Amino acid sequence: MSFETLRPSPALKEFLPVEYKDLVDHGPYGKNKKVSDMGQFKEVLEEHPMCAGCAMTLFIRLMFIGLPNPEHTIMVGTAGCGRLAISQASVPFIYGNYGDTNAVASGLKRGLELRYPNQFKDVVVAAGDGGLVDIGFQGLMHSWFRHEKFTTIMLDNEVYGNTGGQESGMTNHGKVLKMAPRGKMGEKMDVIGLAKVAKLDYIARVVPTNPARVARTVRRAVLVAREFGATYVQAYTSCNIEYSIPTPEVMKDAFEVENERYGFEEIISDRAKAYLDEIEKKEKQAKKAKK
Amino acid sequence: MNKQVESPKGRIIKSRHVKLGTKNKKGQTFTDVNEMFFEAERTASFLTGSEVIREAIKRASVGMSIAYPITPQSEAAALIGELYAEGYLDDYFRGESEFAVMSQCAGAAFGGMRVFTTTAGPGTLRAMENFSMWAGSRLPIQVCVTMRGVNSPLSIQPDTLELSYLLESGMLLWHAETAQDLYDFILKGFIVAEQPDVHLPIAVCCDGFFVTHTKDTVELTPEDLCLTPYDPYKSPVPCMDMECPPIRMMRDPFVMKSNYISYSTHASWQQEVRAAIERSRKHTAALIGGLIDVENNDRDILIVSSGTAVSQGREAIRLLEEEGIKVGLVKIKTIRPFPHEEVREAVKNAKHIFVPEFNMAGWLAREIKSVINDNDRVICGPQVAGGMTLPSEVIVEEIKKYLGIKVGSLAGRGS
Ligand SMILES: Cc1ncc(C[n+]2csc(CCOP(=O)(O)OP(=O)(O)O)c2C)c(N)n1
Ligand code: SF4
Ligand SMILES: [Mg+2]
Repeated sequence: MSFETLRPSPALKEFLPVEYKDLVDHGPYGKNKKVSDMGQFKEVLEEHPMCAGCAMTLFIRLMFIGLPNPEHTIMVGTAGCGRLAISQASVPFIYGNYGDTNAVASGLKRGLELRYPNQFKDVVVAAGDGGLVDIGFQGLMHSWFRHEKFTTIMLDNEVYGNTGGQESGMTNHGKVLKMAPRGKMGEKMDVIGLAKVAKLDYIARVVPTNPARVARTVRRAVLVAREFGATYVQAYTSCNIEYSIPTPEVMKDAFEVENERYGFEEIISDRAKAYLDEIEKKEKQAKKAKK
Repeated sequence: MNKQVESPKGRIIKSRHVKLGTKNKKGQTFTDVNEMFFEAERTASFLTGSEVIREAIKRASVGMSIAYPITPQSEAAALIGELYAEGYLDDYFRGESEFAVMSQCAGAAFGGMRVFTTTAGPGTLRAMENFSMWAGSRLPIQVCVTMRGVNSPLSIQPDTLELSYLLESGMLLWHAETAQDLYDFILKGFIVAEQPDVHLPIAVCCDGFFVTHTKDTVELTPEDLCLTPYDPYKSPVPCMDMECPPIRMMRDPFVMKSNYISYSTHASWQQEVRAAIERSRKHTAALIGGLIDVENNDRDILIVSSGTAVSQGREAIRLLEEEGIKVGLVKIKTIRPFPHEEVREAVKNAKHIFVPEFNMAGWLAREIKSVINDNDRVICGPQVAGGMTLPSEVIVEEIKKYLGIKVGSLAGRGS
């Protein structure tokens, strides 16, 4: 984005809502804000209508901080709980139909690359487990095998949260949920495995127990997608309502699930690793020079 | 609303695109649509409908096209691929299903591209959810629908039933009779759909096989002239390219909250989409010469139809004329906006109105009945479906039977 577009003309500024003025003066655009800066800058997402204590909202907030260039990012979402928050952020959000995210993002990213050959425009899909692996499975797989240059983030709460708790492809075997009255029949789908088969350059599994790590993971996924093609982040974002997790125990559950079966994992191709190392080395040097 | 629109001599507002008059990478000059169609010289060519689609897209400055095979549009879609290989389009690929293709088209249009695709029959129905989403999101995508039967039973043959599913999608719907219509409608359709006060998707429909797979003489505009490109900043809603102030913006059906404001927003947005369809009338009439064509509508008997049924009707009129029976003709070119006033006026003196159609639903007859006075004047038919042809003799027979004139039975149709 041209920052001239963002900045209001001085004569107009006083008439703008305080939220907008804050965004211009203290927002993250062009400033590379970190998790450690939280509380000291205007985040792109500040309010949402999701359930109190929902781990997905925590993840989404951190995800936005992880975006390397929010001023050049377009989010693509779909039906599901996550969009209730994502659509409230000061980053454009597209919602077409349920399960269409990776097809929409394919067209969008290609279009933006053609229109802006000299400017990275990041496209990030953030959608539920049902939206990606059930109804959106075909689009997900084909965008990966075509190596479309955008990041897919799965908000994996292991259930259809938004429609009131039905079993999804990402639900664990045996779990009794709506529409699985005798327990989930198959195994939880191994989407990380599928991402490996599709040879994505960056794949990660993460639980929002370590905020800085969430932001770093998202950032890496977006940077690699720019350069090499599709990347994937799978995040455990528990649904405290449908899994009856008492709100004060949401983080306890996150730590437990992380330890038992959802450990942090990053699978990075050699070329992506070299590319990330280069970027991160430069950043460290710049930081040192500043000090 | 619903007022008759004069076909203005003044034409459509001239493009002021910065690229007007400059050349594209293929050496074509970006040209205002008025100049292209009303001033430039035309060359007659003998082409199939599929080739006509290619020739139109070659001159349409399309950014992206996404394809999926289904008869009878596969050939056209592949020919567009060849145009891409030659450098006439910026991007082109095969999507993984019609649902995906239409979603990919949406993505590209959200990002500010001019987008074209083609589909037919089961493909149209597979893609269905997207059409109203396009309209609600105000994406001026063009889909060329080469209509064929819809399952089940399976049929790949010509049948116009699918158009009835599109009636309330919020898209502009134009129905081409001939290959010439198809050529003109595709090019002019982009311009009308992209007008800031319209900005809606458009389905340019034609009857599969009858138009796509037959050869006809078409007057083409010069090969070295192409339409001025799409300007996404003329859109009435922000382009999703993060080049606008990043205030909370979403191009989303307003179902985010369950309260009165969201209900009323949704309702008024639906009204606005319908109003935008109506606002397209003035541009459409200017470019395609009115929403209907009328021949001899002072006669007692009229044939009113759209698509290739019009051609069959025209031939039936010639046959009837030989027997001294005089019949007039009304050709409907746009189904959305529906030419309410125009049709009402054109048929006001008719005693009998025949509506031949290539589908079992008789959706066109229903549309006509819903807008005219004394609609018991409308005789729904003859209707054929599933690939059956509609010989002019069948229309002749229907009219004569209705008038109480004895007819011999037609071969193969029983009696
Ligand atoms: C075509 C279509 N089918 C079904 C739905 C209903 N629907 C809305 S949200 C949702 C479930 C969302 O589950 P998931 O994708 O896992 O997201 P979550 O709400 O769990 O975050 C469903 C089935 C829809 N909106 N569209
Ligand atoms: S239903 Fe579950 S996933 Fe959805 S907002 Fe509530 S807690 Fe979060
Ligand atoms: Mg879910």
